[in-house]
Amino acid sequence: MTPTEPTPPLVQVEDLSVYFDAGRAGFWGQERLKVHAVEGVNLEIRAGETLGLVGESGSGKSTTGRAILRRVPVSSGRIWFRGKEITHAGREEIRGLSRHMQLVFQDPYASLNPRLKIIDIVAEPLIVHGLVKNLHEAAAPVARLLARVGLPADAGARYPHAFSGGQRQRIGIARALALKPEFIVADEPVSALDVSIRAQVVNLLQDLQAEYDLAYLFIAHDLAVVRHISHRIAIMYAGKIVEIAGRDQIYDAPVHPYTEALLSAVPVPDPPVQRARRRIAYSGEAPDPLHPPVGCRFQSRCPLVSQQCREKTPPLAERQSGQWAACWNR
Amino acid sequence: MTQSIQLETALTDRRHEWLAKLRELGRELWRDKAGLIGVVLMTALVLMALVAPWIAPHDPAEQDLTARLRPPVWYEKGTWDHVFGTDHLGRDVLSRAIHGARVSLLVGLLVVVLAGGFGVVMGLMAGYLGGRMDAFVMRWIDTQVAFPGLLLALIILAVIGPSLTTVVVVLSLNGWMVYGRMTRGAVLAVRQTPYVEAAEIVGCRWPRIIFRHILPNLTSPLLTLAILEFARIVLAEAALSFLGLGIQPPATSWGLDVAVGKNYMFMAWWLVTIPGTAIAITVLAINLVASWMRLISDPQEREKQFARHMTRRLRSKVGQRRKLSAGQEAIK
Repeated sequence: MTPTEPTPPLVQVEDLSVYFDAGRAGFWGQERLKVHAVEGVNLEIRAGETLGLVGESGSGKSTTGRAILRRVPVSSGRIWFRGKEITHAGREEIRGLSRHMQLVFQDPYASLNPRLKIIDIVAEPLIVHGLVKNLHEAAAPVARLLARVGLPADAGARYPHAFSGGQRQRIGIARALALKPEFIVADEPVSALDVSIRAQVVNLLQDLQAEYDLAYLFIAHDLAVVRHISHRIAIMYAGKIVEIAGRDQIYDAPVHPYTEALLSAVPVPDPPVQRARRRIAYSGEAPDPLHPPVGCRFQSRCPLVSQQCREKTPPLAERQSGQWAACWNR
Repeated sequence: MTQSIQLETALTDRRHEWLAKLRELGRELWRDKAGLIGVVLMTALVLMALVAPWIAPHDPAEQDLTARLRPPVWYEKGTWDHVFGTDHLGRDVLSRAIHGARVSLLVGLLVVVLAGGFGVVMGLMAGYLGGRMDAFVMRWIDTQVAFPGLLLALIILAVIGPSLTTVVVVLSLNGWMVYGRMTRGAVLAVRQTPYVEAAEIVGCRWPRIIFRHILPNLTSPLLTLAILEFARIVLAEAALSFLGLGIQPPATSWGLDVAVGKNYMFMAWWLVTIPGTAIAITVLAINLVASWMRLISDPQEREKQFARHMTRRLRSKVGQRRKLSAGQEAIK
């Protein structure tokens, strides 16, 4: 994927691979085991844009997000942020990057330190980056942030356990916003929340995007939520992107068989239509991340599988303007 | 902006009125009776150690061979002059117990602070930084644990010569490993939590993460360990004193008295029992204080405690009103 637009994207990832060391196998330990978490991922995110990243558990969505934040070691490939390569950024440089890119966590219960008050939690980014000297200076900006994410006025003086899941996620968002970043990785930010709360948090994220021109990498497996918030969507399977396209393109005319199956699992809130739909379910298992197969990763479950799929990895090729898919037979 | 002002006042209220904070702490202590007993006992013991020369009826080293092994006052042969009797050299057991508190409490406290401080810092660094630091600290601990502690203590004491300072240093050298190991294990668990990752992503440097995010969440296991260690240290000091390498007479400590008194256990049980009871009471008091401290250091527990108190008060009020109305009914 080469950038076609004149302005460079905010985040650009080229051929990113992340392997985790998984010890050794064999009697003498002669075989080095690697978990192929992410392999050859290309994507770009423009300022103010949301890229939804969808895939099943273990498909490498979170690892991709954390690799962009430079939280996991990059095995190969390159990452640019604001036109600057950050693949080999040092510790202090990554610390500086935290002013521009932040993470919203999946679990709102575990991601707030139970021994700190909300003001301490939200003021911490400001303090460690030297933007304010002490908590008293931080009180005003923290109060503004808390009000912006819709929390009551006295929230700052309380501890995390006094808040519900949705409120805690708002606190997490306030913390991520404190440094006014341009880019936020939202790692399944609503999957731990009640369905009734999800819409509120997603709408909050959208409002904030409009207000601060934020770019999101929105990692999720809830396809309805992703459709609501994303401008473009990338589908991951076993560490690779199998399809990436505009939101409506992917929902209306999916190319890859895996995308098709995934979308058919989303219920339509209209009983006659839902009854008439065909639910595509492929048998077979996801490939072992320790020993991924040669060729296409989806071959063990794909109905269209051919000899070519078992021999060569399909490249991510443009099918229509802006819609890219990796399949030999479509 | 009213919100920011409210938050500011909330902050000033909560953070800078130490008096109010202290008063609230006192109120909470009053509610937790076990903790209250612990604090009272502990204060009494410390006061006793501080003013020992003025409250002890006799000089603890004063010998009176004509009054050897006198029983406590409630025996026929006992006298009010020696309330808890005398030992094999005719020294007053009560006075020795009062004076012994000084050395025992001081050694216990100093060793727990020194060994605990060093062990916890090493454990934090090993657990959080990992890699070479972890390997180095853990091998160091393994090596030292493998070497018999008493032997090391005896060698050092024999070379340098026994004194209070050497005893403290030797016991600290012997005791820090257990803190190191436990802290490392707990850190390994806590550093995986998302809030630590959040602190890293936000841009905290490692000392801040260790001391602000990890250490406060280790208080309960560490407090428990420190208390168990305190009791062990009091007894370890006794063992060293017994071997003649700890506290040197005429100075005295509870442990030394227990060790010496054990020879006369069947003739004069009070020689071991009185200082032994003093050790037991101290350990009990510390336990009570520690479990109370564990509670108030956890904001969630603290609020639960408060809620429990409020419901109890509410319930008793309702009960009173019922009783009152029942009484009025009866009058009618």
